[in-house]
Amino acid sequence: MKLGVLCSGGKDSLFACWRAMQKEEVVCLITVVPANPESYMFHTPNVRLAALQAEAADLPLVEVESGGVEEKELDDLRRAIEIARERHGIEGIVTGAILSVYQATRVQRICHDLGLWCFNPLWHADQEAYMQSLIEEGFAVIVAGVYSAPFDERWLGRRIDAAAVAELKAMAAKYRITLTGEGGEIETFVTDAPFFKRRIEIGEASAEYRNYNGTYRIEKAMLVPK
Amino acid sequence: MILIVDLCWKEESLSRYEFVSPIEGIVRRAGFPTVTRHFAGIEEGDLDGVSAVILCGTALQDNRFAEDIERFAWLRTCPVPVLGICAGMQAVAAVFGGRIAPDLRIGMTEVSVLRPDGIFAGKELFPAYELHAFAVAPPACFEVLAVSEGCVQAIRHVSRPIYGVIFHPEVRNEWVVTRFLEEHAGPAS
Repeated sequence: MKLGVLCSGGKDSLFACWRAMQKEEVVCLITVVPANPESYMFHTPNVRLAALQAEAADLPLVEVESGGVEEKELDDLRRAIEIARERHGIEGIVTGAILSVYQATRVQRICHDLGLWCFNPLWHADQEAYMQSLIEEGFAVIVAGVYSAPFDERWLGRRIDAAAVAELKAMAAKYRITLTGEGGEIETFVTDAPFFKRRIEIGEASAEYRNYNGTYRIEKAMLVPK
Repeated sequence: MILIVDLCWKEESLSRYEFVSPIEGIVRRAGFPTVTRHFAGIEEGDLDGVSAVILCGTALQDNRFAEDIERFAWLRTCPVPVLGICAGMQAVAAVFGGRIAPDLRIGMTEVSVLRPDGIFAGKELFPAYELHAFAVAPPACFEVLAVSEGCVQAIRHVSRPIYGVIFHPEVRNEWVVTRFLEEHAGPAS
């Protein structure tokens, strides 16, 4: 089955892509770029670098701009999916939704309306096992944004390795945060994945942080051999 | 041992992560070992040593399980308790003579409990996640335990511990699965 993967650039969408590749044929990535940094549906920091991730994976990218107004975003998502169907003949969509009923129901409805299958291979996955798999299966993931206490600015740009997962686990046990950050506490960016032909090297980045709210903006990045 | 039945369109499908793995997780966290089989390959011997059966749901586009409902004929004589979830409820109802009818529901709904059977004891109204293109007209040998504004949400055989729920308990209602196990599958190991 030919599938398109909704890709924000973060770990969940790219890990879902990897799962999908092991079972079906992934033919494109699909990205909606929101103008609104408070987007309800789409992860925002560095989402434009999904183009570099698509190139690293040797996959075509369907990119659609969105005004970022709550329900209007869904029209933009539908448009992106329709373009992916026209250009690449997709029969289904893959998302990285883990717990968000809000996101999942909206994508399910669009897929149903368009007669497409919808796959959420991380849906209610064991969060600890998932984070472990990310590391073991060769994903290089950095924290690209923090939006909640108790994350301080040291987290911006930090690689999610075994030590970071152990720290996240301790924080999740103490505070009301999800281990994966799907509650919007953190956003991530993937610089390498098992299906990338080349990896992304960050040349220049800037961090902004204030009161448990910060972003790690990648200014320059390039593809380099693995 | 709890037998978990995968109703997805093929064995080891991409949908398995979404509809089977979360149920396996709930059952194991409740302290029960699991064995999972695909519906197309179930044999009588698969019930040996099993204390309950759970039939899982499928993707919205996936109704392959309903193409030959006699594949589920073993449920008519199944000696252990059964819980069918979404597609699993449709299979349970159809194999006992009920009807599967088009009814698209995606998202949260309010479920009203009509009969406080053991599983639903103490619950009158609760929110639940629906993801189905078909619902069920229950067979005569089943009673309705719960409904929403749109459709029948939970059924039970009148004389045997065979249940069906059209909502997905793995989303925000894991207690439905754990109570089924506690009430009907014997002690956890």
